[in-house]
Formats: sequence, structure tokens, C-alpha cells
Amino acid sequence: MDYMRKLLAAAVIAVPAVSGAAYAQNVKIGSVLSLTGPASFLGDPEVKTLQLYIDRINKAGGLLGKKIEFINYDDASDAAKANAFTKRLIDDDKVDVIIGGSTTGSTMSMVPLVEKAEMPFISLAGAVVIIEPVKKWVFKTPHTDRMAAEKIFIDMKKRGLTKIALISESSGFGQSGRKESIAAAPKYGIEIIMDETYALKDTDMTPQLTKVKNNPAVQAILVFGLGQGPAIVNKNYAQLGMKVPNYHGPGVCAKEFIALSGDAANGVRLPCAALLVADNLPANDPQKKVVTEYIKSYTEANKADVSTFGGCALDGLMIWVEAVKRAGSFDKAKVRDEIEKTKNLAGTAGVVNMSANDHLGLDLSAFRLLEIKKGNWTLTE
Amino acid sequence: MAQFLQFVFSGITVGATYALAALGFSIIYNASGIINFAQGEFMMIGGMAAVFLAAAGIPLPLAIVLAVCIVALTGLIIEKLMIEPARDAEIVSIIIITIGISMILRGLVEVFLGKANHALPSFSGEKPLAVLGATILPQSLWVLGVSTLLVVVLGFFFGRTRTGKAMLAASYNRLAAQLVGVNTNSVLLLSFILSATIGAIGGILIAPIATTSYDAGLMLGLKGFVAATLGGLGNGLGAVVGGLFLGLFEAMTAGYISSAYKDAAPFILILLILTFRPQGVFGAKQTDRV
Amino acid sequence: MSTMTSPPAVTSRQGSAPKSWMSSRFTAIAILIAVLALLPLVLPNAFYFDLVIRIMINAVIAIALNLLIGYTGQISLGHAGFFGIGAYGSAILTARYNMPPLLSLAIATLAAAALAWLVAGAILRLKGHYLAMATLGLGIIISIILNNEAAWTGGPDGMSVDTFRMFGLRLAGEQSWYWMFAGLLVASIVLAQNLVDSPAGRALQALHGSEVAASVVGIDTAAFKTRVFVVSAGTTAAMGGLAAFYMGFITPNLAAFQHSIELMTMVVVGGMASVYGSVFGAALLSLLPQALARVEGWETVIFGFILVGTMIFMPRGIVPSIAALLRKKDA
Repeated sequence: MDYMRKLLAAAVIAVPAVSGAAYAQNVKIGSVLSLTGPASFLGDPEVKTLQLYIDRINKAGGLLGKKIEFINYDDASDAAKANAFTKRLIDDDKVDVIIGGSTTGSTMSMVPLVEKAEMPFISLAGAVVIIEPVKKWVFKTPHTDRMAAEKIFIDMKKRGLTKIALISESSGFGQSGRKESIAAAPKYGIEIIMDETYALKDTDMTPQLTKVKNNPAVQAILVFGLGQGPAIVNKNYAQLGMKVPNYHGPGVCAKEFIALSGDAANGVRLPCAALLVADNLPANDPQKKVVTEYIKSYTEANKADVSTFGGCALDGLMIWVEAVKRAGSFDKAKVRDEIEKTKNLAGTAGVVNMSANDHLGLDLSAFRLLEIKKGNWTLTE
Repeated sequence: MAQFLQFVFSGITVGATYALAALGFSIIYNASGIINFAQGEFMMIGGMAAVFLAAAGIPLPLAIVLAVCIVALTGLIIEKLMIEPARDAEIVSIIIITIGISMILRGLVEVFLGKANHALPSFSGEKPLAVLGATILPQSLWVLGVSTLLVVVLGFFFGRTRTGKAMLAASYNRLAAQLVGVNTNSVLLLSFILSATIGAIGGILIAPIATTSYDAGLMLGLKGFVAATLGGLGNGLGAVVGGLFLGLFEAMTAGYISSAYKDAAPFILILLILTFRPQGVFGAKQTDRV
Repeated sequence: MSTMTSPPAVTSRQGSAPKSWMSSRFTAIAILIAVLALLPLVLPNAFYFDLVIRIMINAVIAIALNLLIGYTGQISLGHAGFFGIGAYGSAILTARYNMPPLLSLAIATLAAAALAWLVAGAILRLKGHYLAMATLGLGIIISIILNNEAAWTGGPDGMSVDTFRMFGLRLAGEQSWYWMFAGLLVASIVLAQNLVDSPAGRALQALHGSEVAASVVGIDTAAFKTRVFVVSAGTTAAMGGLAAFYMGFITPNLAAFQHSIELMTMVVVGGMASVYGSVFGAALLSLLPQALARVEGWETVIFGFILVGTMIFMPRGIVPSIAALLRKKDA
């Protein structure tokens, strides 16, 4: 039991030593991300990205002459914890901005707190409810799930696919995607004729897919999920010898999805940010420089493939840094106003143009519809 | 018909993994009355160890054997360090200990192996076999075959060997077993090693189908507990039947009723069963002694 | 099966020296009230208020759950389900039916208590792990329903909760909530101790010792267990409702299995059959995640070691074990 005692001692000493250090002169970025739990594969690249670029800014002399201190808490994919840690960031750590909230649930539990505290807040979560209706202090960087659904429906319509089966995960991401898909479908003449779900850690979705396969009216499937679930859907799809076009939501825009799906990934179409197809972008693409640089830095530092999730964290950081530079101060109200004025900022997710009634600043053109071919991302348009 | 058969294939593949988890629960429960909430973690470590050993260039069969050994050793260490010292604590205290153990194991894997999802290569290819219009993966046959083999071996072990009989005796009456010379402490140790081994094998077998990650054990453990209870805790055959039944019931609910409520269905069933048969499906009626 | 019967947990502490014990009980509650009254003077900012409020919410639930686990020897792995009914019941009735918060809270609490009463007959007959399984199942069914019925609950991404108003007063800000929960905590400690000390309470403790023995000496074990189960479920639901109003936003996670385990851990680690043990357990389990928040990556491991270590070295829980140690020194 000796090692246990040592560990405990280390914990007791480490906590005050880290949190008690005086950083009065620094500017503070706070974040609450899901480093563990089901959403950990969002939080993990997000925190690594923020850490990497904040270190880099500090090495280059900091921001407006101040060093940036990065304070990050893990909400374990639980909104109640996100709420508690946000209070800590606001009232105890007294941060200057909050970046994060990996999931929509966490973000929405943080929103009332940041609004009350008048704290600039840049969320990294997907759902459209975060920015609709517009909340004064709340911004976000990833494309919304509604945009994802629209991008997919446009492609389906082009290919003449109008009757589809929706397969969504019972997680927040999957259910929000399901809701937005159902809402957007009529606009594009798409009819969702089957609506199936699976649970987060399910190991087999053949029952759901068998039903879909046996319905001759289904012309395409749309899978909305995160992590390993959509990959298992692909494997089951291949096992059942299904042939209908297979579309996925943007929750699987990471190399891991292809690795887990194996051969079954080929032919999958999904909307992702340009980050994944950096090599294929024309040299004059406004995003070319930023995404190429990010891929190089991230892979070098972490020995891991980039995902669009980490890219969204970088966008959030850059939006705030640029706003601070324009404002010439860290004053929260001034910085907020400048964030809202963000124009032509080339991020990994797209070119950001915000306004008083658009706290996301991306349009459908920023989304690329990709197809996986021979285990790699390719552009369809 | 082909559709029904497909649901059956899905149900028994998933059910076999639940059965292996449930067997692990039953063996430890039998030896000690302990519900081991770290059983799912044994499965997770088995899968993760195999993935990482295989990725390190060790041939798959050897990686699998090594992974099973690692988990068996983990079971041994845990029993020695954390279960044996608390042998006489109350049942809820031991439940908390096993929950603590599951957190330690999960946390260590998270720290050292990371949070990504991994898939182990299938043992004999990914080409599905067609049976009467339905399809089944070769890996599912591996899961079913090895599970059956394990059940037979365990049946022989508990029914025919001296050690196995001693373990069973200890489960019926610890004091009496001690009086006739059974070392109940080694029975407990053996039960943990055995459960860990079975868990590891289960975790490795499903890793190619289900993928694995540091937090895969939570769900497996929960389903294993449900399956074991369904079969009457401590009943080996019951655990297997419980697991298969649970898998089939989920597949049929997802197929014929509602995929949104497929995870709730088994619990509704369990509440009904326990209302009418408080001792489980296969459990015998008992009264606690004063 | 003999291994499953737990050793009698009832100690000679209660009742052996009623006079001195009574006075120490009043001293304890007086100290607690003094601490709660003075705490706001030293709490540096709203975050610490928030932390203490969360501890108090958990403490009231742990005290109620301890009546069930510690005194009647029943296990519940599903109390988060009742918490969820309280939280979502209150939130839905105020948001979708424009009911006053206090009425919504009352209805949600009664609904949870009624559900507990309904299922008690069936599941409290169960023993040990079957009871654990049944309560676990109940909790999981509730959390799946909250997750799936998005039209009512907002689904997995959660829903916002209206501000709490009571008799025309608007309860907002950590300060006012602090006094409200402090009052509830003191009240629940006093009530729990009175219950434990009453004839009914002594019967309760006999239950944990041996149910067969209790029924032999003429105690209606079933009725007692049901009453305790309903009270603990109702209390948990009421706290769930108040917590929802306090936090302003809820997700189905709060009804999840994980939360049930947390609640049970508070009771067992703090000390079974010990009212202050529950308060201590709630404080420990609420503070640890905050204390470990900066030890990146290792939180889960350290948390696990603390659970295992406590249960190995203090199997009866922290407060009773330390109390026993102190008594030994005195003697």
C-alpha cells in the first residue's frame, strides 16, 4: 500500500502548489472540456490544441505583453460538473475568457452563468441552440448540426435520393442531429421514412440495419453519432451486404473513424471541415495556409492525427486573440464587441464572418462534402 | 424469416459476450458473495492489452495469450491487495471497494494507453458467411465457439476436479468448507484469477466486433451483472442462459418494438421477474439465517 | 448464502449512556449551526458558496439514503432516478404548465414518493443483490425515459429551469440559496436523529441486525422498510427539484447510474448508520473532484484509491471508525 500513500501525498501537495501559485500579472484563459467520459475524444484534441498554441503565444512574448495562463477543468462529459467548474472559472480563477464546453449539454449548462457574469464565451459544441437565439456573450466555432444536415440533404437531392432512413445515437450529439435533420428535411424534399437509434456503447446495430435493409423504399441512410458507434454501423452495413448510399454526420471527422471501420468506411459520404483534405485544397484557398500549418504543428507535438474537433479549439483561440489585439485590451465588454466584429478570419472550420445576429459566422460553403475512398478523405465537389 | 434469423445472430453474438461477463460475476459471487463491479474492466483490459501488444508487432496469437496472462495477474494482484484485507467487511463496503478498483483500472489504462477507440484485427477475416439469407461474421463464430468451450471446461472443472469441488463447497458453506480442510482464502484468490481470465478472453473475442477503449468496461460490467442476476446469481449455467437471453431480448426489442427503448426493456423484464420470482429465474428459495 | 448476512452494525453507542449522548448530540448540532452561520464570513467568493451548497444538497440526500442503507440494511443503486424525477418534474411543471415552483416541487416530490411506495411492495421483499439489481433497474429505466422523451425533457442535451419563486420572493444568487439549504440540512439532521432515537428507529436498527430476529420479536419489518424507502425517495426527489432550480439547467445525466453510485458512496464512505457520517461523506465526495481537478489524468485513479483505502482501513466508514478510535483512547 506504500505506493498508494505516495500517490495520496503527491495529490495533497500538488493541489495547493499548482492552484496557489500567483499569476496576478497574467491573462487567463479558462476552459471546461470533456477529457473523460463518452465525449473525451472531443475534449482530448481540444485541450491538446489549446495547450500547444497558448504555449506558442507565450514563447513568442505573450499577448499584449502578458503571459497567458491556461486553466482547464474536465467535466467528465457531465453537464452538472461543467456548471460547477464554470462557477470556479468565473468566481475563483477570475478568467478573462472561457473557451469550451465540448458538448452541447455542457455548453448550455454554462450559458446562464457566463451571461450573468458577462464573460466572453466561445463554445466548441455543435448544436444550433447555442447560438439561436443569439445570446450576447456566447459564440461558437464548429458548424451547426443543422448545417451538417442541410449539406447532406443538398447532396442527396442532387443524386435523386429522397426517401432515407435516419440512424442516430442516443447521446446529445446524435439526438440533436436527429432533431435538426427532421426539421431540415422537408425544405430539401427529403422524407425520413425510418427513424432508428442506438445507445452510446452498443456493440452491434444489425437489428436496426436489418430493418432498414428490408425496407425497399429506403434510398439512403444517414448516421448521426460520435466515436466508435458509427464505425460499428459501417461494419454491420458491410456485413449485411447493404448497397444504399451511406451518409454520416460530422461527429466522425477523424482518422480514427476510418481506422475503426476498416474497408467498410469506403463509400461513406460526410460533411467535414476543409482540415481533413488540406492536401487537396487549391493553393489559393483562404484556408490552405492555416490548416496546413495546424496539421504540421499538431501531429509533430502530439504524434497523433488531427481531427476537426481540435481545429475548432484553435479557431476559438484565434478569434479571441484577434479580438483582444483589435480591442487593445482585455476588457471583457470591449473584447466581446470585437469578437462580434470578426471578419474574414480564416480558421480550420472555414472563413469566419460574425455579426450581431450571427455568433458563428460560417456558411455552408465552409463545409466540404467528403467521400472516403481507399481509406482516405476525398473531395466530392 | 431471414430477418428473424438476423436478429437471432445479432442477439447470440452480443449475448455470448454478456454471458462471459456474467460467468465472471458468478464465479466470484459463488466463492465469496461479492459482486465484483470491476468485472467489466477485466474485459476492457484484455481487449486493450491485446490491441496494444498486437500493434507493437507481436503476432496476434501470442499477443492474445500475453493479454490474458496480464489480466489474470491483475486479478491476482487485486485480490491480494484490495479484496483480502477487507474480507470481513460488509457487503456494501466491498461493493464500494470493487467500484474503486474499477476506477483505478480504468484510470490507469486512460493515463498509459490513452482515450482512443481501437479495433483488434478479426481472427479469421471479415468476410461474412451467408446462412439462409442472414449473415454472420466469422468473428461471431469465434465468440460463440470459444464461449461454448469455456462453459464446457468450467463445467468439468467445477463438477469433476478436486479444486473445483472445493470452490463449490466453499460457496455453499464457508465455515463447513473450512472445517473439512478447504482453504477459503485460496478459493477466493482462485475465483478472482479465473474470473479475470474469462473476462480477458471475452474482452479479446469481442474487440474486433465491438472495438474497445478505456471506458468500454462500464457497459460490459453492467450488462454482465444484469445477465448474472437474470440467471440467478452464482449459477454458472444460469449466467450463460441469462447472457444469451439478454442479448436476444435486446435484439428482438430493437428489431420488432423500439430501438430507443431496447436498453430499458431488459430492466422492465427484470423488475417483473423479480416481482414474481424474488430469487431470480434459476435461484433456489432461501431464508437468511439469524 | 451465509456470507451474505452482514454482521450486526448496531453498536452500543446509541442508548448505552443516553444522558451524555443526548448532550453530545445537542453540542454537535450547535457546532454545526455555528459553523454554517459563520461560514459565509470566510467564504471568499461565489464559487465557494456554490461548493458548500452542493455539499449541503448531497448531505441531505445522503442522510435520507443512510436511513435506508445504514439502518435497514437495504441497498439502493437507483436513488439518482428519484433525484431525476424531482428535478425534471419540477422543471417541466413550471416551464410547460406554468405552475408555481413550490407547487411543482411538491407534486414532483409526491410523485417520486408514490412511485417508491408502489414499487416498494415488490422490490423490498428482495434480498441483497436482487434488491440492488431492482433499484438499479428502476433508476436506469427512469434515466432512459428522461433521455428519450425529448419533447418533454429536451433529451440528452438537457433543459433550462425557471427561477425559483416562493411566496412572492425570487430566490437567486448563491447567498440566498445558501441559507435555504443550510436550514434544510439542520432540519434533516434533527429529524433523522429523532427518528433514529424513536422506538421506530430502534426497530429500524434491529432490522439491519437481523430481519428474521426483528420479525420474531413482532416488528412489522415490511411496513418499516417501505416507510423508510418512501421517505428517502421523497427527500431525494425534493432535493433534486431544489437542485434543478438552483442550477438553472439539468440533463438526464443527473438520473444516471453513475450518480446513484456516487450517492451510495457518500453514505458508505462517510459511515453507515451515522448521520454526521453522511454529512462528512457528502463533503468528501463533493470536494474531491474539485481538489483533484488540477491533477490532470490521474483524478480517476486517485479517487479509486481513496475509495478502496477508506473501505479497507475503515470498513465501517470514516466517521464511525474515528469515533470508535477516540472512544478507545478515552477509555
